[in-house]
Formats: sequence, C-alpha cells, structure tokens
Amino acid sequence: MDMSIHTPPGAGAPHDQGSGTRPAPEGGTPPQQDGAPAPRRTVTHLGDRVFRGLSRGSGITLLVIMAAIAVFLTYRAVGVLAINEGNFLTSFQWNANANPPDFGIAVLVYGTIISSVIAMVIAVPIAVGIALFISHYAPRRLATPLAYVIDLLAAVPSIVYGLWGALVLVPHLGGLYEWFDDFFGWTGVLSYQGGAARSLFTVGILLAIMILPIVTNVSREVFLQVPKMHEEAALALGATRWEVIRMSVLPFGRSGIISASMLGLGRALGETMAVATVLSPSFTIIVSLLDPGGGTFAQNIASKFSEASEQGRDALIASGLVLFVITLLVNGGARAIIARRKEYSGANA
Amino acid sequence: MAKRIDVSGLTAYYGTHKAIEDISMTVEPRSVTAFIGPSGCGKSTYLRTLNRMHEVTPGGRVEGKVMLDDEDLYGSSVDPVAVRRTIGMVFQRPNPFPTMSIYDNVAAGLRLNGKTKKADLSDVVEKSLRGANLWNEVKDRLNKPGSGLSGGQQQRLCIARAIAVEPQVLLMDEPCSALDPISTLAIEDLIGELKERFTIVIVTHNMQQAARVSDRTAFFNLEGVGRPGKLVEMDETERIFSNPSVQDTEDYISGRFG
Repeated sequence: MDMSIHTPPGAGAPHDQGSGTRPAPEGGTPPQQDGAPAPRRTVTHLGDRVFRGLSRGSGITLLVIMAAIAVFLTYRAVGVLAINEGNFLTSFQWNANANPPDFGIAVLVYGTIISSVIAMVIAVPIAVGIALFISHYAPRRLATPLAYVIDLLAAVPSIVYGLWGALVLVPHLGGLYEWFDDFFGWTGVLSYQGGAARSLFTVGILLAIMILPIVTNVSREVFLQVPKMHEEAALALGATRWEVIRMSVLPFGRSGIISASMLGLGRALGETMAVATVLSPSFTIIVSLLDPGGGTFAQNIASKFSEASEQGRDALIASGLVLFVITLLVNGGARAIIARRKEYSGANA
Repeated sequence: MAKRIDVSGLTAYYGTHKAIEDISMTVEPRSVTAFIGPSGCGKSTYLRTLNRMHEVTPGGRVEGKVMLDDEDLYGSSVDPVAVRRTIGMVFQRPNPFPTMSIYDNVAAGLRLNGKTKKADLSDVVEKSLRGANLWNEVKDRLNKPGSGLSGGQQQRLCIARAIAVEPQVLLMDEPCSALDPISTLAIEDLIGELKERFTIVIVTHNMQQAARVSDRTAFFNLEGVGRPGKLVEMDETERIFSNPSVQDTEDYISGRFG
C-alpha cells in the first residue's frame, strides 16, 4: 500500500524548480520538437547500461511481487469461495470453519471504512494545521524539535498504541460519549448505552492519532517546498500571512495533502494490532458508532487466524483480498483527484 | 495615483550583515527611476525596503526613513501589509499564482482588498489587462491557468495583477531578465505607458534598458565583497549616461569594471 503512492509532490517539485531556472520560451510554442525519433544507434556507456539494467530490474521486481501477492490471495480465496453457503458480500456470518462454510464481509467492509473515515476526518485537519504551524508560523527554535517529536510518534509500535488505547483512552471516553448521547443521541448514530467504550468511534480516534505523524510530515514537506516566489507574489499584493497560506501554500500543497491523507488512510485501513486490542468485536452492524461492536478486515484476520482451520484461513485470505482491492481503489481514486487538476497544480509554474 | 518617495539615511541588514548603508534619495512621482550597479551591490535589497518586503526575509532589518508623500512607511503604527497594498511589486521571474486562472490572478489583489462584486471585478480585470497590453492575447481564455502563458505574457500578467489595485508606486525587480528581447521590448513599451499613471522604480542589469526607459538613474556600488552597497550618484538618466559626475559611474557604464 505504502509503495503504491510513490510520487507525492516531493518528487515533482525539484523538477519544477529545475525547469524554472531556465527562461520560459516566448511566443506560446511549447518545445515539442525534442521528441523526434532518432533511428541511429547512439553510443551508450557501460555504466549507463548497468544502471539502466539495475533500475529496470528493481521496477520489474516490484511488479512481480505485487503480482505474486495477488495470485496467492486469489488462488487461496477462489477455492473456499466456491463452497461458501452464504453470500460473500452480504452475509453477516463468519462460520468459516463449519462444513459447508458460511461467511460474508459486509460487517468488515462497514467497520473498516467507518473507522478509517472517522480517523481521516479527525486527523487530516489537525495534521494540516500542525504542518502549517511548523512550516510557516513557528520560530525555527520551536519548529525543529516539534517536527522531531512528530517523527517520534510515527516510530511508536502499533501494539503500544493499542495498549494505551485500551488502558487509557477507553476508560476516559465514556464521559465524552455520554455527552454526545445527551445532545446528539436522537440521531441514533451517536447514541450510547454506557459500558466500555470499545467501539468503532474509539478505534477511529486511536487511528487518527496513529496516522497523524505521517500526514503531518508529508504535508509539512510539501509546504516547505512551496516556491518562495509564489509566496512573495501574495505578500507583495498585500496579503496577510493567512492569506499567503490560502493563496499560495494550500493550492500548491493540495495534491500533497491528498497524497499524505491517502498514505494515512492506507495505514488506517490496514491497522491490525491497535484495533484488535481496543475493539470489542461482534459480527453485527450496529447503528451507533459509540456502542461496542463491529469489526475490521485486519482485526478480524488477526483475531481469527490462530483458531482457524485450513478452510477458515482461506476464508480469511479471501477477506484480505478484498482489503487489498479496497486500498488499490483508494489509491486510484486519490491519483484521479490529483490528476484532474494537474494543469493548476503548480508543477508547471 | 502616484506619490513621491523620500528616503533618508536608510540602512538594511541581513542578520548582522549590513547589505546597504545610508541611502538617501527622492523618487519623483509619474516618472521612471532606474537602479543600476554590479551584482551584490544591494539594488534589489534596497528596492525591497521600499515596500517593506525586505523584513519578510529571516533576519531582514531596516534603519532609516522612507516617506511616501508625508507618511512614514516605517512608522510604528504602520501595517506592513497595508504598505504592500499601496506599493506594488513585479519580480525578476514571472510568478503568477499557478493554481489560479488568468482572471483570478488579476482579481487576486482586489479580492484581498475586499472587492468581490462580480461586475466591478470584471471591469477592473479588463482594464488592468488592457493596461498591461495583454487583453487581446488572453481575452478568450481568461479562465485558463495563468501558468500556461509564455514567459513574457506571464510577466505582463503579473504587471496587470500589480496595477489592478491602483498602487501609488510600482517597483520592478529586473522584470525582463528572464525574458527574450521581443518580450523585453513589450514590457519596456508598457513601462513607458504606465509612468503616466504610476511612480515606477526599476532595477535592471541592462544598461541600455535603463537608458531607454528611465527618466532618472541611480548608480549603486560596493567597495568590496562583504562591504555594504552604497548609492554612488543619482541624476537625470541622460546625464548619467553621457557625463556622470563620479568616475566609478563612468567606468561601470563604459564597461571598464563590474
């Protein structure tokens, strides 16, 4: 997942600056002639050929690994899906060890997406805020240590987050949830019956904290790469600092924020141990986000794998294949969003 | 819409490094004043002190006085943001907002000033683009991104953006140094038209350009690497280029150093 977004604007911006140092061509004719075909063989150096072979080999290796994972998942999944009694997409059961098996992923799709969306809604605005503070507001004395602390957050193992979530977060969220229940309980979505707050919402909060560092760091990198001349353009027009950020920094960093969010979302979708530690799973879809229950793909695999039969494992692999597809779709969607406004992206400035 | 600039005893620093020292001059309204001098002599730094852009650079600091008519730009109650709204600036490299359309680029300054009525905006945008001799080239693609224009067109777009807010003064920091001769000529013609309405200050490395466009010329120089830049002399452009009163100026103009 993390590998599949490998061109955040970090990769695009140096190119932008490189081309920017040359005077732009006048007269509205973009230089297109340089792609003329050259039928003659040109001299290539041994070093070039070796390096080309190495880099091509690395690229091919990546594709082979991806294909191998897909083939493995599909092969194992197809067998068990063929004998599945229940509907794989809509069934609310997970009796994969039974004979014949009866299992479906509806609960997992719901739980995975809901908890990740909650995490994104909480984490992305905060992360962008922190990134802007570090890159544009904080004095350097403060910005450097702050960035370091954020980096440290990313290095905490997820099981530690899980333990902290179960031992600290869960006991303290009850009060907040009761408050939600008092004011928004009528919506049903935010009603709360009391009891341990081992719910999808708690998982969302925990995931938000876990993806905060990566979203912050990638956003900060992008904000720091905003060309000085774009910011000065706004300043010279009489923009305040916030207006500079709105006119120059955020538009330039837009695709970077999206990439950063998708990296975070990828982590949230696949997070296993922290979710498994905090969530009190049940194979149901409950309307309230605050009441315990539900499950996610990764959590379900982790908690059922050890006691699963061969056939049960294949069923879990089938669910893993769906998660794989979901993350691919999320990535594709993010790329589409980035590409749609490419001509405005600032990479062609 | 044009005011006189009166500078006295201006010194600017980067941290502890003194970049320019003790500069005093008067810039007449509705005229073009050119700053020439060797690289590193502080022309650009000095230009940026005139609209308080210098202090945006970390460590940037200014001493001295800059009067715009009878207002002290470095007065304690003066908001630097307000100063930059009355003194426009055009940079060395064209820097239209890449994420904005041509229209939005020109309207950007107006929107900062709180003007958002569509009809008013469209009028000013057209007027400014006409003022920058760009209207005929872009009127059919106002909604296309400004970064799709050629370098010379982009620079004229930046000039349109700067004059849209009707500044008192227009500062230009080597506006043609990234452009080819034809675009340069277009900008120079434009400067000639704009001086009817604005006070213009232009930094240039191109001596012919200074001679062509300016009414008065100021020559800056520095005594050596690491020493602050100083104003050597300032006079009618014609005089500076034919019969300067300081030997250094003549040496520089005739290409004997720098």
